[in-house]
Amino acid sequence: MASESRPFRLRSVVAALVIGGAGLLTLSGAVSAQTQLLNVSYDPTRELYREINQAFADEWKAQTGEAVNVRASHGGSGAQARTVIDGIDADVVTLGIPSDIDAIAKATKKIPTDWRSRLPNNSLPYTSTVVFLVRKGNPKGIKDWDDLVKPGIQVITPNPKTSAGGRWNFLAAWGYSHAKDGSADKAKEFVTALYRNVPVLDTGARGSTVTFAQRALGDVLPAWENEAFLVLDEFGRDKFEIVVPTLSILAEPPVALVDANVDAKGTRKVAEGYLKFLYSDKAQAIFAKHHYRPSKAEAAKPEDLAALPNLKLFTIESLQGNWDDIQKNNFDSGGLFDQISKR
Amino acid sequence: MRSGTLLPLKQASVMPGFGITLGYTLIYLSLLVLLPLGALIAKASGIGLSGIVAVAAEPRVATALWTSFSISLVAAAVASLFGLLVAWVLTRYDFPGRRIVDAIVDLPFALPTAVAGIALAALYAPNGWVGSFLEPLGLKVAYTPLGIFVALVFIGLPFAVRTVQPLIAESERELEEASALLGASRWRTVWSILLPPLLPGVLTGFALAFARAVGEYGSVIFIAGNLPYVSEIAPLLIVIKLSEYDYTGATVIATIMLAISFAALLVINLLQAWSRRRFGHV
Repeated sequence: MASESRPFRLRSVVAALVIGGAGLLTLSGAVSAQTQLLNVSYDPTRELYREINQAFADEWKAQTGEAVNVRASHGGSGAQARTVIDGIDADVVTLGIPSDIDAIAKATKKIPTDWRSRLPNNSLPYTSTVVFLVRKGNPKGIKDWDDLVKPGIQVITPNPKTSAGGRWNFLAAWGYSHAKDGSADKAKEFVTALYRNVPVLDTGARGSTVTFAQRALGDVLPAWENEAFLVLDEFGRDKFEIVVPTLSILAEPPVALVDANVDAKGTRKVAEGYLKFLYSDKAQAIFAKHHYRPSKAEAAKPEDLAALPNLKLFTIESLQGNWDDIQKNNFDSGGLFDQISKR
Repeated sequence: MRSGTLLPLKQASVMPGFGITLGYTLIYLSLLVLLPLGALIAKASGIGLSGIVAVAAEPRVATALWTSFSISLVAAAVASLFGLLVAWVLTRYDFPGRRIVDAIVDLPFALPTAVAGIALAALYAPNGWVGSFLEPLGLKVAYTPLGIFVALVFIGLPFAVRTVQPLIAESERELEEASALLGASRWRTVWSILLPPLLPGVLTGFALAFARAVGEYGSVIFIAGNLPYVSEIAPLLIVIKLSEYDYTGATVIATIMLAISFAALLVINLLQAWSRRRFGHV
């Protein structure tokens, strides 16, 4: 009896596996009838790309009749770059800082090293900057970067080792001091003093926002402009206000096609169309709506543009040269950040 | 049935299935434990022993390793002590809601560590329920090494409770009564009759809690503050190395942690073996 029932059970298991496998195949067949794009992006762009991707799908359907579904993956910019290096089949990458895309290009050759020159405006469909978020009424009277190094001020900023936002904050502070005193030594002293005032180094920009806004820790949060506006919308304008420094950094979150992946998947045409769409009037207006600075200002709604304050912006490349050096000198092992963290 | 005269070449075991279960065990352990660890060590050994020593001697790495291991040790000890008390109360006394309390002990097992970390940070932050009372006393918990300690005790507690609970349930009350009848003081009874048989369980719990604490990431990262040289744990340093695309550096730190943990667990195991010999129980 027992010896008879065993092969029977085995057979039914095999049958179940075969049926299940066939089911999976038909399921994946049904999905792939629609073109899939994967956009690997950084953390605070969730809300943005949800809207952009829908707009692109509509546009592409209207133009070519083809249905396309853009999925977006979000996480810390550096961690996202690493998943692409480790083999996630991203069609396009839209990361927080150029050095992260450089790292993919260098490690995998899936992206040519001259990727920045392949799209308009240095592959930047939009830019942003670093502004300060303070508590309502600005109790510590914070006006500019100089106030952040005063004793007794607590600055909340993420770890530049793990967060693109953290790196922009660091470079913005360095650049401000460099512009003021014109010396790299002074700038180093300045960031040293600033990071002495940092009680918590979260691993990502969103983490710092939570520490500042929800845990009520610290006096000032240097943040991506769009992140600062998001806090005003989420927590209420009666709790926080934005302070605009006299000078800040032009934050450059770039986009790039992952050539090797789109060729392997046969999605080059759609992926290129997607990146081109980011420069269209429709997409530009969406960027402005989400408080990013569009590269084509005339496409944005005037009231969205008016919300973005006028301030002097510098590029870090104008001060520190190419991105290889910027990354190496500041954030790699033994770089400036490591030096100033020594106690 | 084989017929009489020749002895079978292989005698069927009284407990059948040794061959297949051992084979399965070895393959399973190789694929899931030895292979990944081997790959880790192979990757790390790419820079040679002197390279590994150089990484370990980097002040920042050394500080982070010290932070991780010393706080884990203290946290595991505290978790063991209070785990013993919790297990004692849950096994020896009956009170309304005992089963619920018993179930609550397991929660740190089930909770995703990041959730635990965020919850603890929310509680102990200066504006949190607990933190707002401690702050005026000058006691800062969140965003200091003390915060790491709190998180590690939290995740270590169930290990400590669950390993001694069955031993307490097993221990015979008659021995205690005999001890009392023979005139031993209450303290003496606890010290020489009750505790010795529990020691192996306490040590196992301690080892498990310690091992878990050393590798803990999610729950610590939100409450630690992550300041270099102050409250940066070694696992975070590994993540940082990975963000720098420094795979070798990351695996080297991991290997160092593995070696230290292995040595520590070995010592704890020897202690256990000693206690078993000494008290001849379990």
